[in-house]
Amino acid sequence: MIYRIGIDVGGTNTDAVILDQDNKIIAKTKTPTSQDIISGIYESLDNVLFQSNINVKDIGYVMLGTTHCTNAIVERKGLRKVAVIRIGKPATMAIKPMVGWPQELIDAIGKKYFIINGGHEFDGQEINELDYDEIDQVIKEIKGKFEAVAISSVFSPVNTSHEDTLERIIKEKLGDNIDVCVSREIGSIGLIERENATILNAALGGVIRKLAKGFQEALKRRGIQATLYLAQNDGTLMSVDYAMRYPIMTIASGPTNSLRGAAYLSKIKNAVVVDVGGTTSDIGILVNGFPRLSAMGVEIGGVRTNFRMPDLISIGLGGGTVVREKDGKVILGPDSVGYKVAKEALIFGGNVLTTTDVAVASGLAKIGNPEKVKNIDKNLIEKALLKIKELVEINIDKIKTAAGDVPLILVGGGSLIVPNSLKGCSEIIRPKHCEVANAIGVAIAQVGAEIDRIFSLDNVSRSEAIRQAEELAIQECIKAGAKRETIEIVEKEDIPLAYLPGNATRIRIKAAGDIAY
Amino acid sequence: MRKLDVQAIEDIAVGATILGTGGGGDPYIGKLMALQAIEEYGPVSLIDVDEVPDDALVVPSAMMGAPTVLVEKIPNGEEPFKAFELLKNHMGKDIFGTISIEAGGLNSMIPLALAARLGLPVVDADGMGRAFPELQMVTFTIYGVSSTPLALCDEKGNNVLLNTITNKWSERLARVLTVEMGGSTMLAIYPMTGKQLKKGAVRGTMSLAESLGRAIRESKLNHVDPLDKILEITNGYLLFKGKITDVLRKTTGGFARGKAIFEGIDEYRDKTMELEFQNENLVAQVNGQILASVPDLISVIDPDTGKPITTEMLRYGYRGVVIGIPCNEKWRTEEGLKLVGPRYFGYDIDYIPIEERFKGVRVK
Repeated sequence: MIYRIGIDVGGTNTDAVILDQDNKIIAKTKTPTSQDIISGIYESLDNVLFQSNINVKDIGYVMLGTTHCTNAIVERKGLRKVAVIRIGKPATMAIKPMVGWPQELIDAIGKKYFIINGGHEFDGQEINELDYDEIDQVIKEIKGKFEAVAISSVFSPVNTSHEDTLERIIKEKLGDNIDVCVSREIGSIGLIERENATILNAALGGVIRKLAKGFQEALKRRGIQATLYLAQNDGTLMSVDYAMRYPIMTIASGPTNSLRGAAYLSKIKNAVVVDVGGTTSDIGILVNGFPRLSAMGVEIGGVRTNFRMPDLISIGLGGGTVVREKDGKVILGPDSVGYKVAKEALIFGGNVLTTTDVAVASGLAKIGNPEKVKNIDKNLIEKALLKIKELVEINIDKIKTAAGDVPLILVGGGSLIVPNSLKGCSEIIRPKHCEVANAIGVAIAQVGAEIDRIFSLDNVSRSEAIRQAEELAIQECIKAGAKRETIEIVEKEDIPLAYLPGNATRIRIKAAGDIAY
Repeated sequence: MRKLDVQAIEDIAVGATILGTGGGGDPYIGKLMALQAIEEYGPVSLIDVDEVPDDALVVPSAMMGAPTVLVEKIPNGEEPFKAFELLKNHMGKDIFGTISIEAGGLNSMIPLALAARLGLPVVDADGMGRAFPELQMVTFTIYGVSSTPLALCDEKGNNVLLNTITNKWSERLARVLTVEMGGSTMLAIYPMTGKQLKKGAVRGTMSLAESLGRAIRESKLNHVDPLDKILEITNGYLLFKGKITDVLRKTTGGFARGKAIFEGIDEYRDKTMELEFQNENLVAQVNGQILASVPDLISVIDPDTGKPITTEMLRYGYRGVVIGIPCNEKWRTEEGLKLVGPRYFGYDIDYIPIEERFKGVRVK
């Protein structure tokens, strides 16, 4: 039997699970996230290994979802100095690289940039030729001074040749002493956002190496010789080698993991998911087993990027939310005892009335000591329960894609506070192991790939262009480690380009498949 | 006259997206260009239309082409300047100031960057009071102002000086040139006297965009719904609240045509809105009844943030508040409606001002 371990490092908790080959859950744990992250990982790893009592030799895969890189950017810690090279002169001079970035982040990464001749038009023609003397000059200036280079080129998603050429020359001249990140591998159309993400990616090189080394060391010490994967923001996995090249892709994988875990545990691909934590709840929506993403790119540490996050509504309702009565009205929170609910809630011998106590008093949940809430006013309990119900119902309705009832999947440690019948829901599923849905989401994740390019429809039909794009996405997916026959197209979108005659359309395709064992 | 600071420019960019009525391009790139120019050359002065002498030469500055190209191939920054130089030399007259041709979307920002570079004032007005897809669709056309001589420059250094017989011809020729030049160009266009400006301009639109942007920002800070404030500032009407259940799109001749279907929420439950767009939102109807049509402004706003949603962003599942705003009176003339009325965009309907459609309806 081959086992796999999924670990999700969140802001509050580090969760871990062990799954067997049939994806059966044989061990699970929830431990507080440690300041240094790695010791929390050790603890959760030890917990599940102890529980399962399996031979560590039988662990084939370990999947890690972590906020490490996000924290490094937000806290401006451990970031490398990056030389930024943009290919596009004479275009693009009106907005220099890193304009609008927070000053501390600029200080951490440095503000060394070059804008050199080159780049392409929307139809793939050159704006300008590369100037090799100019390139030599740039290389002389950065030689020995930087560990990483971030290269972007105008319309590189349409024509990669200038980025390819510059990457090759830098590698020839500077060898392995320098990491080269090229923008077309990082993001899609939108030069500034793609360049920003490429710079951040280059800056994270040291952070990801340290993390990977620390993590591999942790596994080695426990005698685990498994293949290691990291979770990406789109709900798919990448190998450690890949993650070393694209650390930025680990950003914001947390919410995606819990939504994917919910889909897996419930076997439902289209549903609303409510993930109830100690203090807040995230409400998201699954479309074909993947989270629906937000329209806008996300800001990371104050920098605009074109990474998309799951479309979430966050509300201040959790298992530790404090319940009060004032002038005959019940008020929920907004304060919460958070993860301390296991000590401070009435049913656990504490002295704060929480939503978890309400759930137990009403008979909705059976945990702790129900005797402790026996004497609480039934009227208050009923009102509080109704309040929770209404709050969840309103927000489910907000995130729904169409009128009509939809299935609801409840996950997260605090999900027991949600009532059993809700307006707008065709059924309510509380899957087993729902409290560690995010770690399961990591463990069962597929490998995926995305392409986003502009196609001219003058010589091919729209459907042929989409077919070509799908084939490209499938090829990328295989390169990332997926088994061909399991690959599915999970997202498809085409948006015609406005204000231009001629039929150009932007096609975005995402493919995902199971790991090729 | 007053100086525009960084905050003012941020606010104008947000407000301009509401006036963009779903189109006009994301002002983001234009905003960054303006901010970089101000950092390099100092702040920009905004002046009232009445501060412009009658015989002074005012020249609008604008971007032409696809906003999707602009977000990738950012301008050099010198194009508007070169276009101005070209026009100035051709006309043999100094240029007093610049103005936006289109207060909605990206083109609200282009004159700001140029004004900083040249140390010229920007006039608090524009030629649309919103966004429109074609060059000739400006109130100046109604008053007989010629779009030419017109200078058009790309980032590579190519430039063209056009003289045309009508503004519509300028649109046709400049559009083709723009595609050949790589999908986006910068124009110096509609050179006019202060006198012509006073007659033809839609006044106060930069300030209007700024107050809209400020209202949205302040509402967010105070955690209140910006909708009432937006309607108050624009004399607008709440048309619908709904969730998008379908978006149909096709491109023909450079126009992203389409239709978004909204299913009602809250007090609009059980009602359906159809919103038709061609780059900009054009006609909004609920259960078959038209509530607003071009040239009145129709904008979709995100109910949570108050920020506008453009037609390119419209997607299945999004929630939106649809509002209607009365257009400038100049558009409601016979000449105006010939240029931008529903029939110009292919709808066989008469234009009825939004105020008349809502007569007797209690306005929030």
